[in-house]
Amino acid sequence: MAVLIYTQNYDGKFKKSTFELVTYGAAAAKELGTETVAVTTGKLDDTVLKELGKYGASKVISITNAELNDFSAQAYASAIEQVAKNVNADLIVFGNNPYGRAVAPRLSVKLNAGLAAGVVALPASTSPFTVKKRAYSGKAFADVIIKSDIKIVSLNQNSYKVKENPVDITTEEFSAEIPDGAYTVKPIEVIKSSGKLSVTDAEILVSGGRGLKGPENWGMLEEMAEILGAGTSCSRPVSDLDWRPHEEHVGQTGKVVAPNLYIAIGISGAIQHLAGVNGSKIMVVINTDPDAPFFEAADYGIIGDAFEVVPKLNEAFKKFKEEN
Amino acid sequence: MKALICIGHVPDTTSKIKFTDSNTKFDTTDIKYVIGPYEELALTRLLDLKDAGIEMHITAVTVGPVDTEPTIRKALAMGADNAIRINAEPTDDLFTAKQIAEVYKNGDFDVIITGKESIDYNGSQMEGMIAEFLGLPSISGASKFEIEGDKAKLEQEIEGGNLVLETSFPFVVSAGKGFCPEPEPRIPNMRGIMMARKKPLQVTEPVAQDAVTEVTQFYLPEAKPACKIVNPDNVEELVRLLHEEAKVI
Repeated sequence: MAVLIYTQNYDGKFKKSTFELVTYGAAAAKELGTETVAVTTGKLDDTVLKELGKYGASKVISITNAELNDFSAQAYASAIEQVAKNVNADLIVFGNNPYGRAVAPRLSVKLNAGLAAGVVALPASTSPFTVKKRAYSGKAFADVIIKSDIKIVSLNQNSYKVKENPVDITTEEFSAEIPDGAYTVKPIEVIKSSGKLSVTDAEILVSGGRGLKGPENWGMLEEMAEILGAGTSCSRPVSDLDWRPHEEHVGQTGKVVAPNLYIAIGISGAIQHLAGVNGSKIMVVINTDPDAPFFEAADYGIIGDAFEVVPKLNEAFKKFKEEN
Repeated sequence: MKALICIGHVPDTTSKIKFTDSNTKFDTTDIKYVIGPYEELALTRLLDLKDAGIEMHITAVTVGPVDTEPTIRKALAMGADNAIRINAEPTDDLFTAKQIAEVYKNGDFDVIITGKESIDYNGSQMEGMIAEFLGLPSISGASKFEIEGDKAKLEQEIEGGNLVLETSFPFVVSAGKGFCPEPEPRIPNMRGIMMARKKPLQVTEPVAQDAVTEVTQFYLPEAKPACKIVNPDNVEELVRLLHEEAKVI
């Protein structure tokens, strides 16, 4: 028996979100009394693979087929299924990210395994297997029981803290059988985004709303993001008006984020927006309207004009960064 | 082209969420139900393609009891050609996906489209499950959908960018933001609503598939303590609080 964790690498490296998954998987394995095994695709340096041992994985299996350099939900699901059967996995952990969302449902059918997507905590009980997940787009949570022998969960980013828990780790290579027709969907190219911090990876987000009156006024937000090492995001109207790119839209129908710090500037805080950001650890709102609903949800607020407050705040952040 | 579009029946995005029966059931009091926003986006895209001259027959399908009919009728009023309702509660994802796969087998469809996720259960698993049941390719959370002859061109968001994909038919795709580039809401007019009444809505019974998941309990997020208001003339105080009290910078 084993907990199998799908650990995606990005250009040969793992990200913090991968370590969250391994920490989570190792803790779940402890509850279940089983082994913690990570599975990845591609040929990675041994030192990179062994990093996973720091977070509790006792084995990492690399699927080395060259085909998998290109993504295909079918090929990935099939390769991971083969590994899951080899290690006799009873719990499979994915990240609730584009790859997890594409692959986990296919694996669920292959293994007749119940899938809970967007979980936010360790299983509350292992028998029956009960786990808490996000529901109603961040407006609520739900306990889900998975009744099948094999269970699959996908973990929301930033909902489980990375913890070092070093164990001895062995590495293993595996060559999977890739089914015919797995690449009917042909990858043509990857359009890289601007190279900035993605909204889901950022630990701090500086977010702007319609209160900023126009795209030309984003300079001061970008400056704040620069000072804090933060990403920038925006509300739906801002992306609908094309003031900012779609990938920056956070909210119920945009990206769901959970940074340590979310700074909302000129965003009133409609229920749909809050649903996408209320997983943030700390929220700050800057708004001229004291009745803006965001003040109900935020931890700290400044009632004032963003055009006056933000430049002053930038100076204060800059001074703080110089001193700390 | 024959498209099968899965329509979710979900609470309007502005709904305040409450639960009843010791937090085991969703409280439907005063809740307005709508087509899931991603499914509406997908349907709008199909109708835009049809308006642009691509030959298209659109079948809307939903899994739900009789009270979901107004939602599927709305899809007809927006412009779908016919509708199918599978008469069952969509409580388990494998069960629901199996029902849609069954509809596909009994039709002659070129593409199945779902929304990226339902905004109530947030499962985001339909397209992959349906595709796996049918052995079809799947594309998850597509942010672009173009038809070029006998091929489709799509984009899918991945970490750090967008993946451009090309595929032949048939396939299963879930629609994310950007699927419809300029979504003009298609608000059904009186004629559309009248015509929708005459369009076929077929009701079928579900096929067997064991449920493997069950929601037992709901929770609302914990109430936050009141917001601390900082004077705009003393922004240094906010910096101090974020550093010393919240410890986030």
